[in-house]
Amino acid sequence: MKHLIPEFEALKQRLPLEGLNGVLLLPCLHRIQQERGYIHDEDIAFLADYLAMPAIQIIEALSFYTMLRRAPIGRWHLQLCHNLPCALCGSDNLFDYLHERLGIRPGETTPDGRFTLSAVECLGCCGTAPVMMINETYHEQLTLESLEALLKELN
Amino acid sequence: MPGRKILTDFPLTPTAHHLDDYRARGGYETLAKALHSLRPEDIIQEVVDAGIQGRGGAAFPAGRKWQVVNPHDGQPHYLVANADEGEPGTFKDRWVLEYAPHQLLESMLLCAYGLGVRHCFIYIRGEYDRPLQRIQTAVEEAYAAGYFGEQILGSTFSCDVVIFRGAGSYVCGEASALLNSLEGKRGYPRNRPPRLTVQGLWQRPTVVNNTETLANIAWIIRHGGAAYRAIGTEKSPGTRLISISGHVAKPGVYEVEMGYPFKTFLEQDCGGVAGGRALKAVIPGGTSSPILPPDIIEGLSLDHESFWDVDSGLGSGGMIIIAEGTCMVRALAVMLRFYHHESCGQCTPCREGVGWMHRIIQRILHGQGTNEDLERLEYIAKFNTGTTICGLGDAAGAATIGILKHFRHEFDHFISHKRSLCDGRLELRCAS
Ligand SMILES: Cc1cc2nc3c(=O)[nH]c(=O)nc-3n(C[C@H](O)[C@H](O)[C@H](O)COP(=O)(O)O)c2cc1C
Ligand code: FES
Repeated sequence: MKHLIPEFEALKQRLPLEGLNGVLLLPCLHRIQQERGYIHDEDIAFLADYLAMPAIQIIEALSFYTMLRRAPIGRWHLQLCHNLPCALCGSDNLFDYLHERLGIRPGETTPDGRFTLSAVECLGCCGTAPVMMINETYHEQLTLESLEALLKELN
Repeated sequence: MPGRKILTDFPLTPTAHHLDDYRARGGYETLAKALHSLRPEDIIQEVVDAGIQGRGGAAFPAGRKWQVVNPHDGQPHYLVANADEGEPGTFKDRWVLEYAPHQLLESMLLCAYGLGVRHCFIYIRGEYDRPLQRIQTAVEEAYAAGYFGEQILGSTFSCDVVIFRGAGSYVCGEASALLNSLEGKRGYPRNRPPRLTVQGLWQRPTVVNNTETLANIAWIIRHGGAAYRAIGTEKSPGTRLISISGHVAKPGVYEVEMGYPFKTFLEQDCGGVAGGRALKAVIPGGTSSPILPPDIIEGLSLDHESFWDVDSGLGSGGMIIIAEGTCMVRALAVMLRFYHHESCGQCTPCREGVGWMHRIIQRILHGQGTNEDLERLEYIAKFNTGTTICGLGDAAGAATIGILKHFRHEFDHFISHKRSLCDGRLELRCAS
C-alpha cells in the first residue's frame, strides 16, 4: 500500500500537527480497505511503520469498528437494516426473501462468493425504510419487487 | 404549518445545496460581517442569549458549553460537528448535510471564530454516502471561495476543516468516545470530569456539538440571540428538526417551532398514522427516549419541558410512530439487541447488564419466560441507570422501564400464553 502514501500525505495539509499520526489511522484504514477489500496483516505492519504507532493500537481499533474487516467478503455486500423503524416497515420480510433467494442468513456469504449478507443497525435513513446498502450505496423504500430487481442487476 | 422556520426556510431546488445558491440567499454575509465587526466574545454572548439547547439528545445549552472556553488563553482549541447520527429513528443531520451543508460550514466558521479554533472536524458516520458527497463538495467550494484557509476574507482569522468518517459504531456518537475515535483509538467514552471543554481532543479544550445545533448558529449571529429566543417556548427556544418514521403516512424531516402541538403535527403535517390505523405508541426522540402511549403524548406540545414532565424526552428528534397491532415485546427485543450489540464493553453494568436484558427478552420471545423475568428486567434496567461512564447503559434501561411501564400487560400475556397478544410481528407496511 506504499502507493497510497502521497494521498495520505495530502490529508495532512488541513490537519493540526499535534496528534497527526493518530488522527490519520481511520482515514488510512478506510482507504486501504477500499483498495483491498479488507485489512491484511501486511497493512497493519505498513501502517504501524508509516504512522509510527504500535501495531497493537491498530489491531485494537480494527477489532472495535464494525465497518473494518480482517478478511475478504463477497463481491456484493448487502447490509440490510434490522432496527426498529425498518422492522416496522417490513425489513423482516426482506431477510426472509434473501434467505429464500440466496440461501444465506446474516453473517453468511454465498458459496460462489457473490453475496455477503449483514444485518445492520439503524442506517440513519428511516424515513425511507426499509433500507439496505449494497456496497457503498443506499437503497431505500425497498419492496420484494424492488429488491428482486436490484439482485438481478448484480452479478 | 408548524410555525417559524430557521433551517429549512428555502426552496429545495436541485442546486440549493451549492455555494452560489447559498450566497444568493445571503450566505456567508454574516461571516464577513462578524470577522470585521464582532469580537469572539460577542459571538459567544449571542449564543448564550439565544438559549439554544443541544439537538444531539441531551438538550444542554450550547452557550453554557461554549462559555467554558476562553478564546484568548493561547492554547489550541478544537471544534467538532457531531454528524455520527446513530440514534435509531434519527435522520435529520443527514438532511442538514445534504441540503444545507453551507449553513453548517458558515455556522462552524462563526463558532470557530468565537472560540478561537484553528482546526475543526466534521465527524460523519462511515456509512453515509450522499451526505458525505454533499458535505465534501461544500467544503471544497468553501475553500475555493476563501472561506477556509489562511486569513479568511482579509481578516487575521485562519481556520481549516476536515471531514472525518466514522467506522460503524453507535457509541462513537457519544462526544468523548468520538474524540477517542478521532485520535485513532477505540471509541471508548471517557470519565468526566474533566469536561471536554477543559480537556478534549488531545487534552485541549474542545467543543463538540450536534450538526443541527451548529447549523443554527449562522441564523443566530445574523439576527441576534434575542430574535432566536423569541421563537419557540420559554424553556425551549427556537425550532427543531423532527425526523419521523415508522407507521406514519408521510415520513420525513420536518422543522417545527418548539411548542407546536404533537397531535396537530402528526395528523395535519405528517398525514396521521399509516393506513388510517389507530395510534398505539410513539417513541418521541430516538429509541433512547422512553415510549409514550397515545393518551399521554396526544396532549403534549413539542418542547423539552412537556416531554420531561412525563418522564420521556424529545432526545434526538427521531420520532417513531407505532400503530395498533404492533407487538411491544418484539419492539423491546429489537431495541435491546441494538444496545447489547453497541455496548462498547467498558463498564460492567452496561456490558453484562444489557446482555442479560437482551437474553431475558429473547427467552420470553421463545416462550420460555417466567414471571420473575419481568422483575429481573426492571431490576437490571434500574441498576444500569447512572452506573455507567456514558449514557448508553442508561438509554437501554430507560427504554426498557418506559415500555414496561405502559405496556406491561403485553409482556405478562406473552409469558403466560407463550405468544404475542398481537400477532407477534412488527411489520405493518407503510402505506403511502
Ligand atoms: C451512546 C450515545 C450516543 C450518542 N450519539 C450521538 C449522535 O449520534 N449524534 C449526536 O449529535 N450526539 C450523540 N450523542 C450525544 C453526544 O454525547 C453529545 O451530547 C452531543 O453531540 C453534544 O452536542 P449538542 O449539545 O449540540 O447536542 C450520543 C450520546 C450517547 C450517550
Ligand atoms: S431503522 Fe433502518 S435506517 Fe433507521
